Amino acid sequence: MKRDAPLKNYGQKLGLMLLLLGAWEGLSRLGVWSPYLFPGPVTVAKSLWSMAVDGRLLDATLRSLGRLGRAYLMSVAIGVPLGLLMARLAFFRNAVKPVVMGLQALPSICWLPLALLWFGLTDTSILFVVVMGSVLGIAIATEDSVQGVDPQLLRVASTLGVRGLRFQFGVLLPAALPGIVTGLKLGWSFAWRALLAGELLFVSGGLGQLLTVGRELMDVPQVMAVMVAIILIGITVDRVFFQTVEGRLRRRWGLEGTL
Amino acid sequence: MLRALLGRWRSSLRLLRPAHVEADHAKISVTQLGHRYANKVVALQDVDLNVRSGELVCLLGPSGCGKSTLLYALAGHVQPTGGTVSIDGQRIRGPGPDRLLMFQEAALFPWLTVRGNITFALAARGVPRSQRKERADQYIRRVQLQGFEETLPHQLSGGMKMRASLARALAVDPTVLLMDEPFGSLDAQTRIHMQEMLQSIWMRTHKTIVFVTHDVHEALMLGTRVVLMAPRPGRIVRDLEVHLPMPRHPEDAALTEMVRHVQGLLREVERNTLPEATPPRATASTTASTHTLPASGLTRPVR
Repeated sequence: MKRDAPLKNYGQKLGLMLLLLGAWEGLSRLGVWSPYLFPGPVTVAKSLWSMAVDGRLLDATLRSLGRLGRAYLMSVAIGVPLGLLMARLAFFRNAVKPVVMGLQALPSICWLPLALLWFGLTDTSILFVVVMGSVLGIAIATEDSVQGVDPQLLRVASTLGVRGLRFQFGVLLPAALPGIVTGLKLGWSFAWRALLAGELLFVSGGLGQLLTVGRELMDVPQVMAVMVAIILIGITVDRVFFQTVEGRLRRRWGLEGTL
Repeated sequence: MLRALLGRWRSSLRLLRPAHVEADHAKISVTQLGHRYANKVVALQDVDLNVRSGELVCLLGPSGCGKSTLLYALAGHVQPTGGTVSIDGQRIRGPGPDRLLMFQEAALFPWLTVRGNITFALAARGVPRSQRKERADQYIRRVQLQGFEETLPHQLSGGMKMRASLARALAVDPTVLLMDEPFGSLDAQTRIHMQEMLQSIWMRTHKTIVFVTHDVHEALMLGTRVVLMAPRPGRIVRDLEVHLPMPRHPEDAALTEMVRHVQGLLREVERNTLPEATPPRATASTTASTHTLPASGLTRPVR
């Protein structure tokens, strides 16, 4: 993995961004479609700005992220131990893993009708959908990375007499950690998707609802502005949080880019 | 010319003498050991080997001769399909804290520093927390890795990783150290350096070491005893004591001569021309090899 000069790299990214925005603006000004249905980036940016200024955006974002945080923590708290169990215990590997794999095939939004019947139009329904959407992916990724631990390390642990909890938490978990973090990242993007799908469907006060409101008011700039906001939040969490953690971990573990 | 050759051969003989170790004086006692892998390959057949306390025994042989299988059986990582392995008279049934196996790879825990790797191993052996750091640093000094205590394994060179691994192995202080071609993946220069280091450590500690290698020079450089093995089925064909005083120098003339001699023996093993005077069922004291040694010495090709 060779890296180009960072300046050139950023230049290319910025160039393409400007090109796309320019094309969008140009297309909307051509007047092929009604400007109400296809506003340009300038209009969308104005809408985004006004939402940001009057606090609606911040409100909705905090609400959504709060929900996401709770659901995600729950997913991690269930998914990682479940994955460890699937990797280490025969019963979980033979019996539980196929169930998990089967349920994973179900798109998370399919849980919503059930959640609505069980929990009604409440936060709990959305939490349930988000947890169901991400917990299985996290469990499978954890199981996978534990299975993939370098057998050499396991042999060394055995010959050094590392056993019991010291083995589980001192060898197995750290050895699988880079893989687990990748799984957590994946789980986060599953959770983010499930959350917005869930929020779209009823009055929830989050970013999803902001989208719905935009649609009901025929306010296309608002819809697009919220979409942009969702993309930005997604990228920020992924890049700023997960990639930093993952990169640091991989460097410390010596998996890439020695200094 | 002939006389010179004969003289050299004699000196080789004087320095390489058949080993006689009685089972009841042995620290490690292997009797009638056999191992057959699931694919029917006979990795070991009727192997007898007695190792005294404080010996550095090199298992030497071509690939497929079962030397690694024998080592893993000693470690308890392989359950042999026949025969017994005892240490201090106790039959072993699995890995235990008295034995430590070192691999071709350094196999350090990549998320721990050099010191961390050692203290972690010490913790697993129940060394009290207050002594771990001091003991780790003592062994780090012994393998000359001072200044790298806080370094992560991936920042070390291959030889340094192996030294850290050696420090870890020595720090937990097993009664028997088992080494599976530990220097096999190092470059020639580093390997010599590691051999000299291991030799000086052994001279200081007189730890019982079983060392697997396919490198004749390495075996004779390090071993107080060299056990020659042959493949198909894996068996011991010679058990020789090396009477060359330590420390040995890698370019020592006598060493070079012995290397040539043993290489000749191995070539014969390879060609299956070794006289059957050494039966595959060698007895514990391998008396039979006493008589066959001169014969094989004479028939070895003269270059």
